[in-house]
This record gives sequence, structure tokens and C-alpha cells, in this order.
Amino acid sequence: MSLFVNVTLNGLANGMIFAALALALVLIFRATRIVNFAQGAMGMMTTFIASSLLGRGVGYWWAFLAVLVIGFVLGALVERVLIRPLQGKSELNPVIVTIGLLVVLEGLAGTIYGNSSRGFPAAYSQSGLTVGHTKIAFSHFDVFILVAVLVLMTGTLVLFRATSLGLRMRASAFAGEISRLLGVRVGVLLTLGWALAGVAGSLSGLLVAPTSSFGPYFMDLVLVYAFTAAVIGGLESPVGALIGGLITGLSISYVGGYLGSGLQPLGALVLLMVALMARPEGIFARPPARRV
Amino acid sequence: MLEIQGLSVSYGAVDALKSVTLSARPGAITAILGANGAGKTTLLRTISGLVKPRAGAVRFDGDELLGRAAEDIARLGVSHVPEGRGVIAELTVEDNLRLATLWCMGRRERQKAIEATFELFPRLSGFRRRHASTLSGGERQMLVLGRALISRPRLLLLDEPSLGLAPLVTAQLMALLRDHTQGTDLTVVLVEQNARSALSVSQDAVVLNLGEVVMSDEAAVIAADSGLRHHYLGF
Repeated sequence: MSLFVNVTLNGLANGMIFAALALALVLIFRATRIVNFAQGAMGMMTTFIASSLLGRGVGYWWAFLAVLVIGFVLGALVERVLIRPLQGKSELNPVIVTIGLLVVLEGLAGTIYGNSSRGFPAAYSQSGLTVGHTKIAFSHFDVFILVAVLVLMTGTLVLFRATSLGLRMRASAFAGEISRLLGVRVGVLLTLGWALAGVAGSLSGLLVAPTSSFGPYFMDLVLVYAFTAAVIGGLESPVGALIGGLITGLSISYVGGYLGSGLQPLGALVLLMVALMARPEGIFARPPARRV
Repeated sequence: MLEIQGLSVSYGAVDALKSVTLSARPGAITAILGANGAGKTTLLRTISGLVKPRAGAVRFDGDELLGRAAEDIARLGVSHVPEGRGVIAELTVEDNLRLATLWCMGRRERQKAIEATFELFPRLSGFRRRHASTLSGGERQMLVLGRALISRPRLLLLDEPSLGLAPLVTAQLMALLRDHTQGTDLTVVLVEQNARSALSVSQDAVVLNLGEVVMSDEAAVIAADSGLRHHYLGF
């Protein structure tokens, strides 16, 4: 029983992190039909910047905030400099570019910071909380993960559902040309989508780093899980990213807890295949439009 | 006043418009008629900035439109209702309307304009919070027309509004369009394959054939020219 509880709690915390990175993938995919394979590597890069800032004596929360802002700028830059010029040509080109960016960023991080893994501090204690007389596998830091990702998700939902900026962003994503005819500056909003994805990616890096072997490749597997989560959620819905993240986190946590941690990536693959066979459009895909 | 001079558009080796010159006056509906492939849709898409022409000039009330981005042309008061309805299916009916007002109205004025649109199309008011994807063809046409008018444009470009609509619905839409144009300074350019219904509401008409202007005159004159009608308009 306690194994089940602990494995579940662990899956919950991991699932929230996958959800954050899945949200980044969703924000970009729904606006530009591009899967950004460099999203994890961008989060890796910004986490290294955080590590440098901390090494220079910058306070934890200042570094945390600075890196979210840097993620925002990095996301916008990638869209403007690398993706925008490819617009209107083959849909595959920008996807290949993101894979290239992944390789470049990992090479760059290896060159600047070295390939060996290092430690990254957590915002809060990572030792398990005590409930009654039992210590559970859920730490203060895990609570922080939960809260941080929920704030990110809620912020995104409020932005999309309750603000005119969000309405413009949704419209640009769904119908770019029509939105332009209605006076919406679609180009700016697409950049903003990439920038917000950059924030979500940076956050996921900061949340993963303390609990993994932090190095140039530490986000690779997280990206695979986040991609699984995004696909399960339908690749277009922020709520789908959250639910998909939790399903993925819990599933691979059960696989790790009961079958062995070496099987976790395989578990994700099986999950992805089952999800694609059962519901290829994802759980939260858009309803098909009525044809008239 | 919309003035187009020597407008030429090519898609690769294919000339879609060949030195087209025409004008459309305020307070009137100008019908652009012609068969499939005459260049009607290309003409509208060039005016609204979606297609870049090879040569020519497009002036509206003195402003040169060519070279401006589509969203900037829209902000000059040009509403283009593209072919195939163009509702944003994933948004609610109200959000479709709201979107068109974001650049030009404050919150209070916007709410008033939305209510006024629902008064104009009472049928839509029951569907405010429904996704536009659930609307029928006629309801979608009401929505896009309401959405095009809500920002109080000075130039309205309509591409085949009657396509796929029942004749009665088409007649209602055309009547509404006429009421909205007469006595105002709104300039309407109406692209139609259904020449008969377009000529019945418009004051002026231009006949296009394979990218060239064949004739440009008052609608009544063109409607009376049986040879022209037979040859280019199919009735």
C-alpha cells in the first residue's frame, strides 16, 4: 500500500513537470503546426544560465525569475530568426530546423559547461514530508512543483479564456488569414506564443534539474515524456497537456515502481501507442467542424 | 471611392489579372461578375492585401493600399468577407464578433456594437455562446456579414455570399446589403457567380473574363445587354 501511495505521489510530481513542457509544445503546435523538438534543449540552456547566475551569487528567486524572462526572449528569438523565414514553404522544414537547434544547443552547452552532470539546487527541501508518523515520497519541493505548474496552467487558461489578447491568440492559431482580415496582428501573436512556450520550457527545466543528473542532455527524456503527454492531450489543448502530463507521469511512475525504472521509456512508448490507437486525435482535440 | 488602375497579378506563369482598371463609388454596390477563373477572388484578395500584385495601383479614399499588410488595410476600414464563409469555427459566435472590434472599440462601445449586430440578425442572438462550427450555412453567412459590418467599415468586399445558400436566404441577405449601403458612404464590392441576383441589388457592375475587364457600366445597362449576358454571364 505504501509503495502504491509513494509511487502515485512521485508520478504526480513528475506528471506536473511533463505537463509544463507539454504545454510549451501545445502552445507552439496549435499556433504554427510545428512540433518544437528543441523545446527541452531550450529549457536545458536556460537552466544552465540559472546555474551560472547562482554560481555568481545571484539570489535563487532572482535567478528563477530572470531565467523565465530569458526563456521568453529565447522563444521569441527562435521564432523570429529561425522559424519565420521558413513560413509558407514545406511544413517539414521548420520541424527539421528545431531538431538542428536541439543538436546545436546541446553541443553548445557541452562546450561551455562540460558534458559531465552536476547538481542544481532545489527551491525547497527535497526530503519527504511526514504525515502522521510516516514519511512519504512527497517533499516540499514537490509541493512547489505542483503549485508552480498549476499557476502556469491557470495563467495560461485565464489568458486564453478571459482576455482579449488570448482571444486574438486563439483566433490567430485557428484561422490566421481570417484574423488578419479582421485587423489582428497575427505575426506578433505567433511570436508571443513561442515566447510563452519558452517560459513554460524554462520552468520545466528549473523543476527537473534538482531531481535529475543535470547536464546538456538532462531534458531529452523529459521531452519524450512531454511529447507523449501532449499527444495524449490532443496537441492543441492546454487542459489536455495537464491531463496528458498526469497520465504520463503516473503511468511511467507505476512502471518504474512495479516493473523497474529501466522500463520507464518503454512504458512511455507503449502508452503513446495505446493512446494513438485508441484515440488518435487525442482526448481534448477540437470537435470536428460541421461541414456546410 | 475605390480606384484600381492597371492591376496585374500572376501566380507563377499564370496571369490571374491583366491590367485591370475599375472604380467603385460610395453608397453603391458594385458587382464583379464573371465565370470561374475570371479573377474575381484574386481581385478582392489583392485589394485586401492577401495577394501581392505584379503591377498597378489600388487607392481607397486617397490611401494607397498596395504594399500594406492585410491587417493594416483592415484597420483602414476595409472589411473582406472571403469565399467559403470564413467564420472561425472554434470560437463562439460572440467571440467571432468581438474579435473584429478589438482594434477599433473600447469595452463599452464594443458591447453596444455586439448587441446591435444581434438586433440586425436576431437569429444569431440565441447562439451567442455556441461555437460557430455548430451554425448552418445561412447562419454562418449572417455571422460573417455581421462581423464584417460591426467595425463600421468604409469598404466592404464580399466574395460569393450566396454560394450554397437557399434562394430565399440569398434574397434576404441581398436586401439587407442594399439597405445598409443606400444613403451611406459605404462602398460595397460584391463578387458573385450568381449574376442575376447580384445585378438585381447592385448599381454598378464590372464583367471580368480571364483576368480582363470586358465591360464596366451601370448594372441596369449590363442586365439589359442580352448578348453580353449570354456570352459571359450564362443567363
